[in-house]
Amino acid sequence: MSTVASETDVTASETTGPGPGRPQRRSGRRSRKSRAGVHLWDATALTRIALIATIALMAFPLYWMVVVASRDASAATTFPPPLTPGSNLGANVDTALNDDASNLVKGLVNSFIVSGTVAFSVVVISTLAGFAFAKLRFRGSTVLLAIILLTMTVPLQQIGIVPLYLMMVELGWVNTLQAVILPFLVNGFGIFLMRQYTIQAVPDDLVEAARIDGASTIRIYWNVVLPAVRPGIAVLGLLTFMQNWNEFLWPLIALSPDNPTVQVAIQQLTTGNYSADYSMIFTGTLLSIVPLVVIFVAFGKQIVGGIMEGGVKA
Amino acid sequence: MSQTRRVAPEVVGAQPVAGPHRSRLSRARSFVDLKVSPYLLVSPYFILFAIFGAFPLGFTLWVSLHDWQLAGDKEYVGLEHYEFLLGNERFRTTVVNTLGMFVVATVPQLLLALMLANALNKRLRGRLFLRLGVLIPMVTSVVAVAIVFSQLYGTEYGMINWLLEKVGVDPIDWRASSTASWVAISSMVDWRWTGYNAIIYLAAMQAIPRGLYEAAIIDGASSRQQFWHITVPQLKPVILFTVFISTIGGLTLFAEPLMFGSGRFDGGTTGQYQTVAMYIVQAFRERNNYGLAAAAAWLLFVIIIVVALANYLVVNRIREAK
Repeated sequence: MSTVASETDVTASETTGPGPGRPQRRSGRRSRKSRAGVHLWDATALTRIALIATIALMAFPLYWMVVVASRDASAATTFPPPLTPGSNLGANVDTALNDDASNLVKGLVNSFIVSGTVAFSVVVISTLAGFAFAKLRFRGSTVLLAIILLTMTVPLQQIGIVPLYLMMVELGWVNTLQAVILPFLVNGFGIFLMRQYTIQAVPDDLVEAARIDGASTIRIYWNVVLPAVRPGIAVLGLLTFMQNWNEFLWPLIALSPDNPTVQVAIQQLTTGNYSADYSMIFTGTLLSIVPLVVIFVAFGKQIVGGIMEGGVKA
Repeated sequence: MSQTRRVAPEVVGAQPVAGPHRSRLSRARSFVDLKVSPYLLVSPYFILFAIFGAFPLGFTLWVSLHDWQLAGDKEYVGLEHYEFLLGNERFRTTVVNTLGMFVVATVPQLLLALMLANALNKRLRGRLFLRLGVLIPMVTSVVAVAIVFSQLYGTEYGMINWLLEKVGVDPIDWRASSTASWVAISSMVDWRWTGYNAIIYLAAMQAIPRGLYEAAIIDGASSRQQFWHITVPQLKPVILFTVFISTIGGLTLFAEPLMFGSGRFDGGTTGQYQTVAMYIVQAFRERNNYGLAAAAAWLLFVIIIVVALANYLVVNRIREAK
């Protein structure tokens, strides 16, 4: 991950700004300037407090999820609302996992398979095309890239649900996992991200040298490009996994509650049960985010770097 | 930015230097390799797009011109579905709801994200921690957010009404009116995406040359003036990018309003928070009216294109006006 992360870290550090003015700002010049411009760069106490308050506000719904999930069914209907976790989590997990209407366990497993397969395939497709757009010259490359950009603006799975469904009926794939995998392999963002990454991470000399040694394009991809863009692959893979973990509309159409993805399963927790046991429902939602929390905790730094990278390229 | 780093063409696309040891066959092979491989490398995307993108789009148009049942006859009806939708009050309500929630969600979201990014761009201790902090909502799954917020917005036992009561405001029935439900649903969208957009802005802010600010400081510009006259104009391409992403996400809003209404497609008793996406799924799922669903989908597509273009023009105008 070194490259993305360290690059963003460098740009992030307070001494950003290329050129000679940099060292001076740290010492003498800064104090002279401070009257006019200092608050542009120095965080005031107010900024700090506002930031922390914002983050607390962002974390609160998740905390609330934990509070309700760890109490009994009355937690969500008590006034004033309880603000500390209870001790009922284990029992609630048991109930949620064994809930007949939602098939939560199957949903979790299915979502792992679907999101993992999509992430892997998107990485393969995107590294191949990203390499071509970054390092190879071919007629029409600009036009093809522009077409990909255009296709990114079409929300296919929302607009095309009717024909996609008819297609799955025709193929006999309704309620199968391939029905919710294949349409999501069309991912233009990945190609852009990998193109950007390849431009930066693969020196042209290396490609040229490999050519002179007689390496074929696919060998260059395998031996030169892939090792160099590994950090970018990690970011794209993680983002794609998280994005597909969250897909809802199309899985809701293409699958039935007996073979759901995780989003369909937790939707079933609420609509499939007549009595709204909020602690059980919230436990389901909590279980549905565990893999994302794990990814976020383990690779947060890389994800921040990846988002920053992806935004700037646009 | 990428363009400048792009390789000089002669270097990369060059023919391999053919040493004396190379046979004609291998030279021919590498010639084919150079000419054909790039197309092979990019082809998977285009093949998949043709099957799962272009074809469904075109076929949606075809289906929308028919009375289409899964089994049985497909009767050509021309523009009948479109005429029905355009004259149908419920469909118009869903269009208004979708556009309304899009505006109510996106405008504050992007402004907040700009301010947040500006704050994160300052000298701060614990920088990575703060950045991760604003991305916390990324760990939730979309249906989970919607369920938790729907509970928080409960009329009787919701925490938000409880807080309102504390400050002396009467409890609000968040599902009763379109205004209240738009605000509630928009807050879910904003909660989830404000930090994400802030991080994108932050990345772009760091690419702005500091010299611009130094010159402005010499000219006596306040930090507010610097923000509006340097930062925001410099961020224009990125703002366009985020507006674009938000447009697509906002106009296809589905999970949040669906779960807000306990999983029902009708979006409230009079459809006060039914979105176009919900209408499409309802026509498809509950009425099995595939032609109507396809026509609504195609209209949504047109709306997305129009709004995206309008956004583009507006953002451009803002820049010029400055």
